[in-house]
Amino acid sequence: MDYAISVLLSGVSVGGQYALIAIGYTMVYGILRLINFAHGDVFMAAGLMMIYLSASMPLYVALPAAIILTVVLGFAIERVAYKPLRSAPRMSVMISAIGVSYLLQNTATYVTGGQPMNYPTIPGLSSVVEIGGARVTWVTVITPFLVIVLVVALTQLINQTKVGMAMRAVAKDFETSQLMGIKINTVISIAFIIGSLLAAVGSMLYFTNYPYVTPTAGAMPGLKAFVAAVFGGIGSIPGAVIGAFIIGICENIIKALPFDGATNFVDAFTFVLLIVILVAKPTGLFGEKATDKV
Amino acid sequence: MLQEKKSRTGAVVGLIFAAVMLLLVIVLENTLDLPSGHVLYSVLKKGAVYSLVAVSMNLLNGFTGLFSLGQAGFMLLGAYTYAILTVPSDARDAVYYLFGGSAINFSLQEVFGALFGNSGAGGAVSLVLGVLLAMILGGLVAAFFAWLIGLPVLRLRSDYLAIATLGFAEIIRAVFQWQALGPITNGANMIIRFPNFSNFNITNADGEVVLYLSSFVPLFIATVCIILIVMLINSSYGRAFKAIREDEIAAEAMGINLAKHKMLSFCISAFFAGVGGALFAMFAGNAQAMVYTSNMTYEILLIVVIGGIGSVSGSVIATFLYVACSEWWLRFLDSTQAFSSPTEPTRIFFIVLFAVAVVGGALMLIRRRRRKGEPFWKEVIVWVIAAVLMAWWVWFIVTGALTIPFARTGFRMVVFSIIIMIVVLFFRRGIMGDKELTDVMARLAKRRAVRKAGKEAEQ
Repeated sequence: MDYAISVLLSGVSVGGQYALIAIGYTMVYGILRLINFAHGDVFMAAGLMMIYLSASMPLYVALPAAIILTVVLGFAIERVAYKPLRSAPRMSVMISAIGVSYLLQNTATYVTGGQPMNYPTIPGLSSVVEIGGARVTWVTVITPFLVIVLVVALTQLINQTKVGMAMRAVAKDFETSQLMGIKINTVISIAFIIGSLLAAVGSMLYFTNYPYVTPTAGAMPGLKAFVAAVFGGIGSIPGAVIGAFIIGICENIIKALPFDGATNFVDAFTFVLLIVILVAKPTGLFGEKATDKV
Repeated sequence: MLQEKKSRTGAVVGLIFAAVMLLLVIVLENTLDLPSGHVLYSVLKKGAVYSLVAVSMNLLNGFTGLFSLGQAGFMLLGAYTYAILTVPSDARDAVYYLFGGSAINFSLQEVFGALFGNSGAGGAVSLVLGVLLAMILGGLVAAFFAWLIGLPVLRLRSDYLAIATLGFAEIIRAVFQWQALGPITNGANMIIRFPNFSNFNITNADGEVVLYLSSFVPLFIATVCIILIVMLINSSYGRAFKAIREDEIAAEAMGINLAKHKMLSFCISAFFAGVGGALFAMFAGNAQAMVYTSNMTYEILLIVVIGGIGSVSGSVIATFLYVACSEWWLRFLDSTQAFSSPTEPTRIFFIVLFAVAVVGGALMLIRRRRRKGEPFWKEVIVWVIAAVLMAWWVWFIVTGALTIPFARTGFRMVVFSIIIMIVVLFFRRGIMGDKELTDVMARLAKRRAVRKAGKEAEQ
């Protein structure tokens, strides 16, 4: 029973962390129709920045500084690597995203010297608490609540403010919204900024539970978060969050299954789910049905 | 009629070129006085393997317009099929020691050995036949899995197809690392001791090498496969693939069966990726699932982009450039003490290359800006960066410095990925665009002929 609770709790927590990454994917895809392959690496870079910053300054400075730098990184990537290709075929932009991901990983390897880096302990997050007989860290408990707060705030932003309205318009129809006087470059930048911000928060929660950050640490969570976004219906923020929670919980249940080599299939499960979803219901749980115009 | 004749000349020129290159490799390998482990040989071998995989990816991405990222998965299938079928039976207990021996207790070259004999010429024949058959079976296994996965995913749109095939490659990787399949796949351990390229060196009775063929063999196999792919591209199937790439709806209206042709292209691409995977296992000397990650697919995709999407010769050129740069020419960036003396040839080479790259790149970017009429400040940025780099260059020459700033382990890959990003952003057509080497040569010849005719008319 204790074991079951701890499995579920860590599933919810991992799911919450995936959700924070998945929002970045789903917003960018909704607007640009681009799978931002570099998003997982931005998540990894946020972890590395936190390590280097916290080594040289107190935590209450390092934490916001890491978040701000990650936001700057996400913004810069969009301006340098995606904006010049706005009128290019979609495949070129995706290749550019893969190139950025390659660059970020190689730069991370260069900076760290290829060594796995110890993530600093954030006081309060790593201490242990007992819930229903299961011993878990505080981060596991906090994550789902933090995710819900952030998501509610984000949906308010998108549904109530002018910027949010512009975002919805651009997601609906790129060209027409341009004709209506919406500055699409600003809107796209805002999407990248929000995405990177949430990825930075997600990386703090995620890496607190893992001892190390390696240059490839972002690739797998990134892909899983993208699967979560597809599962929930790409473009839909509540969908991405629910998809991420489902994937996180399923993953931890599979990890706990008592058969030989179950951990092997944790990553594979996500992709099986992806293929099943794409074949059975490509629009995902909450996605809008899009018709291809000839 | 004219068109047909031209393409035939191109094919003949291409074939002769390939044959000359292959002969040159044999001659050089046997006359050059380099240690057998020299990096040139590994560049040639890896280049051969990667160029085959890159061309197979280009067939799918460049000629059929299907954006698939499953190449590493198909390579894995080919590599494992090859390795499982060719480990000699007396080595199997040692290779599969964790699982108490292998479930499969024969190897293909021994099966042929029973027919042709195991030593001398018979041994050579059975080795060649066994390896070839294993390679083809590797390709077929990859093609079969491509067919299975293609049934559901080929209906998807471009980027969904990419992510689904990427996911498929990850699933395959997980399955092959599963300990329960250990007696066949050796679990998470690598499979070793199967024949690799150096087994093809011809030795005399004392075991001394008479004729080195270890670089020739992969290049030869890759050349044959690439010729097959080119023949396919030039056939009516290839024209159907290109029609699908240009416009699916129009192609369908012209009577092309979309599902059938997409599946055909997908399976053939997977077949050659499987053969490439078998070659890669031979190159590496082991088959190990953890090598075939999505990063490998990305690497091959970037090669295809650098060479030009839709150009076979571009892919081949880009592969050798890519492999040579990453394995050899940019190596010196990885060491803090890059050079040993101011007049060292590699240092002079670096100085020349650096100047050419900076000046050439800057000129190309400036010309591009003027042609497109973009704002002037973009040109100023290029000027400033180029000036700073050239100032450092002058300082580097004058002081005779032996170190390159920032150079230490990993710097090579950073520089390399920046170069790739510049290609992706500014030179999107890659080296060749969608032209072939033979097209370019034909155009040059034509231009020369026109000039000559012009001169004669003047006289």
